[in-house]
Amino acid sequence: MILVWLILIPFLGGLFCWQAERWGDKAPRWIALATMLFVLVISIVLWWTGDFSLPDGGQSPWLLEWRAPWIPRFGIEIHLALDGLSLILVALTGFLGALAVLCSWHEIAHRVGFFHLNLLWILGGVVGVFLALDLFLFFLFWEMMLVPMYFLIALWGHSGSAGHTRIRAATRFFIYTQASGLLMLVAILTLVFVHYANTGVFSFSYDVLRGTDVPDALAPWLMLGFFIAFAVKLPVVPFHGWLPDAHAQAPTAGSVDLAGILLKTAAYGILRFALPLFPEESQAFAPVAMTLGLVGIIYGAVLACGQQDIKRLIAYTSISHMGFVLIALYSGSELAIQGAVVLMVAHAFSSAGLFILSGQIYERLHTRDMRIMGGLWGRIPILPGFTLCFVAASLGMPATANFVGEFMILFGTFPTAPVVVVIASGGLVLAAIYSLLLMQRVHFGPVHRQGSLPGPDLREYGMMLALVALVLLVGLYPQPLLDTTAAVSGPAAELFTDGKLSTLAGEVD
Amino acid sequence: MMAPAVVLSFLLPLAGTLLLALSAGRLGARTSATIGVASVGLAALATAWAVTLYPGSPENVTLWTWIAVGDFRPTIGLAVDGLALMMMSVITGVGFLIHLFAAWYMKGEAGIARFYAWMNLFVFSMLLLVLGDNLLLLFLGWEGVGLCSYLLIGYYYHNSANGQAAFKAFIVTRIGDVFLALGLFLIFRELGTLDIGEILVRAPQLWQEGSTTANIAALLVLGGALGKSAQVPLHTWLPDAMAGPTPVSALIHAATMVTAGVYLIARLNGLFLLAPDVLLLVGVIGAVSMLLAAFAALAQTDIKRVLAYSTMSQIGYMFLALGVGAFDAAIFHLVTHAFFKALLFLSAGAVIISCHHEQDMARLGGLWRRLPVAYGGFLVGGSALVALPLVTAGFYSKDEILWQAMAAGNNGLLLAGLLGAVLTGIYTVRLILGTFHGEAGSDHSRHPEPGTNLITHHLPLVVLAILSTFIGAWLYPGLDRLFPSAPGEGVEEGHTLLQVLAIGAVVAGLALAGWLFMMRREWLQRQASHGTGRRLWSVWHHAWGFDGLFDRLLVRPWQLMVNLLRHDLVNLAMNLPALIARVLNAGLVRTQNGRMRSYATVMVLGVTVILAVLALAPGGAA
Amino acid sequence: MNGIPMEHGLILASVLFSLGLAGLMLRRNMLFVLMSLEVMLNSAALAFVVGSTAWNQPDGQAMFLLVITLAAAEASVGLALMIQLYQRFHSLNLDAASRMRG
Repeated sequence: MILVWLILIPFLGGLFCWQAERWGDKAPRWIALATMLFVLVISIVLWWTGDFSLPDGGQSPWLLEWRAPWIPRFGIEIHLALDGLSLILVALTGFLGALAVLCSWHEIAHRVGFFHLNLLWILGGVVGVFLALDLFLFFLFWEMMLVPMYFLIALWGHSGSAGHTRIRAATRFFIYTQASGLLMLVAILTLVFVHYANTGVFSFSYDVLRGTDVPDALAPWLMLGFFIAFAVKLPVVPFHGWLPDAHAQAPTAGSVDLAGILLKTAAYGILRFALPLFPEESQAFAPVAMTLGLVGIIYGAVLACGQQDIKRLIAYTSISHMGFVLIALYSGSELAIQGAVVLMVAHAFSSAGLFILSGQIYERLHTRDMRIMGGLWGRIPILPGFTLCFVAASLGMPATANFVGEFMILFGTFPTAPVVVVIASGGLVLAAIYSLLLMQRVHFGPVHRQGSLPGPDLREYGMMLALVALVLLVGLYPQPLLDTTAAVSGPAAELFTDGKLSTLAGEVD
Repeated sequence: MMAPAVVLSFLLPLAGTLLLALSAGRLGARTSATIGVASVGLAALATAWAVTLYPGSPENVTLWTWIAVGDFRPTIGLAVDGLALMMMSVITGVGFLIHLFAAWYMKGEAGIARFYAWMNLFVFSMLLLVLGDNLLLLFLGWEGVGLCSYLLIGYYYHNSANGQAAFKAFIVTRIGDVFLALGLFLIFRELGTLDIGEILVRAPQLWQEGSTTANIAALLVLGGALGKSAQVPLHTWLPDAMAGPTPVSALIHAATMVTAGVYLIARLNGLFLLAPDVLLLVGVIGAVSMLLAAFAALAQTDIKRVLAYSTMSQIGYMFLALGVGAFDAAIFHLVTHAFFKALLFLSAGAVIISCHHEQDMARLGGLWRRLPVAYGGFLVGGSALVALPLVTAGFYSKDEILWQAMAAGNNGLLLAGLLGAVLTGIYTVRLILGTFHGEAGSDHSRHPEPGTNLITHHLPLVVLAILSTFIGAWLYPGLDRLFPSAPGEGVEEGHTLLQVLAIGAVVAGLALAGWLFMMRREWLQRQASHGTGRRLWSVWHHAWGFDGLFDRLLVRPWQLMVNLLRHDLVNLAMNLPALIARVLNAGLVRTQNGRMRSYATVMVLGVTVILAVLALAPGGAA
Repeated sequence: MNGIPMEHGLILASVLFSLGLAGLMLRRNMLFVLMSLEVMLNSAALAFVVGSTAWNQPDGQAMFLLVITLAAAEASVGLALMIQLYQRFHSLNLDAASRMRG
């Protein structure tokens, strides 16, 4: 039942926020904050009390499970389950949700209640995605997080640009994700019908469908349907077009959620659904996926270097980082998949930090154009130091969480696909280039305009400090995280161990 | 037993960093400087404590397991042995003196807290680099020093040229770091461990000497070392790195960080011994870097750039020593070089501050009477650099290197070393004459303000000067036991001959320089201003044109690509469906023209067509 | 009443219908368009009358009554619209009122 509450709390909280607007602007903010902290606390308590060791034999792999019939005629049920991976991601959602509320404290000034309704419904949808095991329910939540996000971008987006650019970006985001969602729906339905044809039973259940014997000619297409849906969200390079626009136009809270959590739903989806449902097809597809990951790493980095808008730069770096995650997911190595989990968490922290910082800079300078920044180190106290920390994290400086993630991925992938790792390592140099460019253009260099600007207040300082502390904590002692997800990554890696990656896996000696 | 001392030695600078960073400039300049200097001073004391506790055999201290997934279990663990202690002593000892001097040098600058926070962070990272018992932790320190180097080079951030220099330094070394990272991946895949001790045990068991894997692994590690230690071809960042404050140059770009590559190769000696070809390559690269840099040093006018090229050249010596398998000699030279090069840089810093940030030799001159302390520092440091026989530390270490090269039978490297010694003599004399003798070139150098502070100005210079003499060489304990035996060990035959040769080279260099710069000054200037001489000057001044080459080969294509892709071409392709929809839309919109007559016409046509089809269809209306 | 064959009546109706249709399609003036409509309605009504006469059924006559009622209603609404059109655009050109541009 606690799982249902994890999902319901944000939705109910959102409704409360909406109604609380009549008591003033403060009320929705506090309610939203309390809601997200509540989710965070529940997940931390679950984490504290849970046992994440690898289950033996017949034991259920789920830490908590809850199911109730929904549309029995089609075998659709409300089936929620939680394991280490989803727990980590739910906790992350709670944490970043609270940050998103905090960072829009002053930024959002109109329709505050409705803003928080949308924000919390996104988060509720995300929690649902992380917990749903029934494919129909999963799809429902998957679509459910899009609509409020659309409004978030379209209504409260970047105030510096004209309304239609915001709406264009929001529409683009919506069409991309909706179209890809459609592919997934088709794939899900086909899978269900294949299962029905085989057994005469309708079922959308994950466990049941995993065993479906899909005809060989059909299976790759179904796998592709899932993959493309997740690839758009991750995003993988040819499908990334919505991301920079959405980030550039979204309010800070929207960017934090997008980069921090929404992108992770895709990686989660691949790990939870695309790989286990179609292990052989995925394995055959791995070289392609890895190549796409490489393209993403390089392409995202090159484009990041060419941006003048600070948020677009950060958006492109996300593409680059997610390329590493994609490579890891298809590497079939436990080390790499664990690394992907760490990198997901790390990227959530570092990109959230950078987005929040760019929001804070925007509040002070009223611009995001890096050509008219420069020399901010001397003008704003403290914030540049925090930027430095996140920039260091983003370029994979050791002792930050990103380093642990990236290097685990590279270490894990190297035995199976050394060529991929060699090229991906080139991405480390590019990461240094774009990260330092950001630092150089914004905080160093000649001062563009004189005059000092206010430093962070307690709220801003607290957010940054928490993020930096987490980045360093995970960077230096990631073991609790790794132990939690070990029971997920191990089996995921074993899906691939039957065969060997053929192409791309040139031996070094 | 010695764990607390060792841990303390790197936690103290870290504490200094945190204190200064969290204070965010609220502490005064004086307090910040005190914290910054004291933390490193205490770290030096902790190191001394650790040295006294050292039982004589390596000791491992595992703090915690960093990551544990399957076989992948790197730890946050320290390996304390003679080499680590030696490096620690240099880092904290010389580091402390430099921090102390910086208090004088940086007086009145904005952002003292920032300066010391980064300097302390550097010391912390450097200590982790030398203490790490596994390559991943070493890599942590390795990257950490790179970041601090970046930050400190760009310390005067208002000038974008400094920012570019810092950027270049980070990116070029990062390229090397990627090679090192790949080396780590390969080593882990092949040997299943990252623990340095384990690697040295397992590598000879699993790899044939000269096998491809061993060669590739060694090459990759070498790539990392080349970047950090500014050796050809990844050396271009070092001269530009002089944009940072002079104490930074002294600490990072002379005494410690740039020698990390030497440390790394010495640490992984067993790996390189399995790849003799690569080891030879190390020596050759060292020799080439040494000569290229020495020639480049001849044609610089900025005193710090002379010292930068000289550093690169001296590290070339260390690589040469590594290349012939004389790891101990390399570390010996590393230590003495840290002393005398730090001295030279700090003396240069004294000159620069006294002359109001003037560091062009053409605008300096005639300072020897007015800046006696700095002059003394330059004289002692310079003589150690040219390896003046018997009295200087440099003589002993360089002699050891040349001797090992000779004993290894590698005459090419030996000759290069001797030639390097001649060149070193020439550029050092030129540096000292240009800075301290002759006519003052500007008002700044005519009226310098000599440093007077006993503690922060004189003390570091004097202590380093003492260490640069033979005393410094005596202090070096010798680490033979840690390393595989060097080629010249236990051999005495020919050593005297070599010493004569080496002394001859030094004397020749000094004599040639004296003759050139004192007797034939005008002739030299004439030669350098036209014809071949001028071209030679230009080539040397630009350090053989590597910068231009890389600019054309890498930087410009990269920028071209970035500019080309700026508008996200792939994404434009994804807009194609939208474009098609729009074209169709434009076409169909035309039919909806709002004219009833045309609607009626179309309707009639449609009805006619349907009726015609019904009438004509077989079996239809008929 | 055998004087006029049914075919003749129907041919006349269809000719009238075609004329009305042609007028509807070709004319721009709303007055003529309305008149064309009337012609078409009346041609259809004529066809009913012809039919009912031919088969001696009263339904056709009844339809005729309905048609002229419809025509009268249509004419009144149409003429009212026409007056509005003229007041707004000072023209009876139908294209002047065309606002639909896709």
